[in-house]
Amino acid sequence: MEPKRISAPLTDQVILDLKAGDNVLISGVIFTARDAAHKKLVELMDQGEPLPIDLTGQFIYYVGPTPAKPGQAIGSAGPTTSGRMDAYTPKMLEKGMKACIGKGLRSQAVKDALQKHKGIYLAAVGGAGALLSKRIKKCDVVAYPELGAEAIHRLEVEDFPATVINDAYGNDLYAEGAKQYAR
Amino acid sequence: MREIDASVISDNVAEMCQNANIYLGEDVFDALKKSLETEESPTGKEVLKQLIENVEIAKNEQIPICQDTGFAVFFVEWGQEVHLTGGSLEEAIHEGVRRGYTEGYLRKSIVDDPLYKRKNTGDNTPAVIYTELVPGDKVKIAFAPKGGGSENMSSVKMLKPSDGEAGVIDFVVNHVKAAGPNPCPPIVVGVGIGGTFDKVAVLAKKALFRKIGSKNPVEAFAALEQKILDKINDLGVGPQGFGGRTFALAVHIETFPSHIASMAASVNINCHACRHLEREL
Repeated sequence: MEPKRISAPLTDQVILDLKAGDNVLISGVIFTARDAAHKKLVELMDQGEPLPIDLTGQFIYYVGPTPAKPGQAIGSAGPTTSGRMDAYTPKMLEKGMKACIGKGLRSQAVKDALQKHKGIYLAAVGGAGALLSKRIKKCDVVAYPELGAEAIHRLEVEDFPATVINDAYGNDLYAEGAKQYAR
Repeated sequence: MREIDASVISDNVAEMCQNANIYLGEDVFDALKKSLETEESPTGKEVLKQLIENVEIAKNEQIPICQDTGFAVFFVEWGQEVHLTGGSLEEAIHEGVRRGYTEGYLRKSIVDDPLYKRKNTGDNTPAVIYTELVPGDKVKIAFAPKGGGSENMSSVKMLKPSDGEAGVIDFVVNHVKAAGPNPCPPIVVGVGIGGTFDKVAVLAKKALFRKIGSKNPVEAFAALEQKILDKINDLGVGPQGFGGRTFALAVHIETFPSHIASMAASVNINCHACRHLEREL
């Protein structure tokens, strides 16, 4: 099946058209955040403070790239394990985030929050950091530069490949895919 | 007595850190290509194609295969007829890691205090180093950058001797099933059996340093490697956990004699970027 092309800001309609197992190509702007940045964002939310980025309709990519060599936009940049962000994800969705990109299993609380707030969880191919880096055209730090690889980066991507794992209907590719090929 | 200067160790280590992270070993690359022929799932095939392309891009453009360039793990076999001059072995290795990770634009992924401050050491040191004194006048250094995602999916279990083969199989297969897509399948599964609580964990790590395609020299354990591999692939988890027939590329078992009361077992998982390099000086 041909991959669907999507870009931020994501609307409910785009989200509701996507099903677990769909392949997508993402173009436009996405933001990065992993453990340390999530912790800081959620602390701000709990204190009622403004966030350094507007999450409305946005993608968050869980990645900590290698340093870029001179002339490169970014170094190797594949997804990190998403489960470590489970504690923060429902609050991120509440604040308007529409899609997160990582790899690996999510908690039931995250899956429920995706349904409630009409969001999706996507996986990029873990360990394909060299290939994925070629789809990232520009990379700038927009918050928490002191966190190094863990800072929040604004990425401009072109045809960035990902697969829908958990859709807004409660479907889960990890559960369904394995069932189909188990013996 | 043969002499080796600490700077020679550092130079070799620095080069190994960069090479291991950019060039995937032929053994793993061949296993990936072979799995593309046997994979039944179209999505699984697509993932495997991306992984093969990724290895080629990394090599041609000198980009790390994966952004997680790992905890630097070393097994050193030091010939007892070799005298190290100009510094300590540990410091020589750390100097090599420092240089390799900085000059090679590799990610620095180590924090000093594991619980409270978690401040990045900035140069990917310290490394994890296992040193063994062996007869002879050669030094063998084996290096693997070990990714955190797959390392997190590891476990030790003190089985009872009465649990037998079935107990080992259940422990390994259930553990890998629970890990599912998290350790970036297709995975390589390192299994340790025997020894003490600490020894068995090192056995599983050492198993990941073996070349894919190698077998345990004891026939019964080689057969067990195949049996566990088949059961893991029958789970249907497939490449990246999207469903398919290639969940694992290999299962490697390493063993050690056991206490009469014990049967320790361990699982250490590696992602498909099963990077390891060996050099003899």
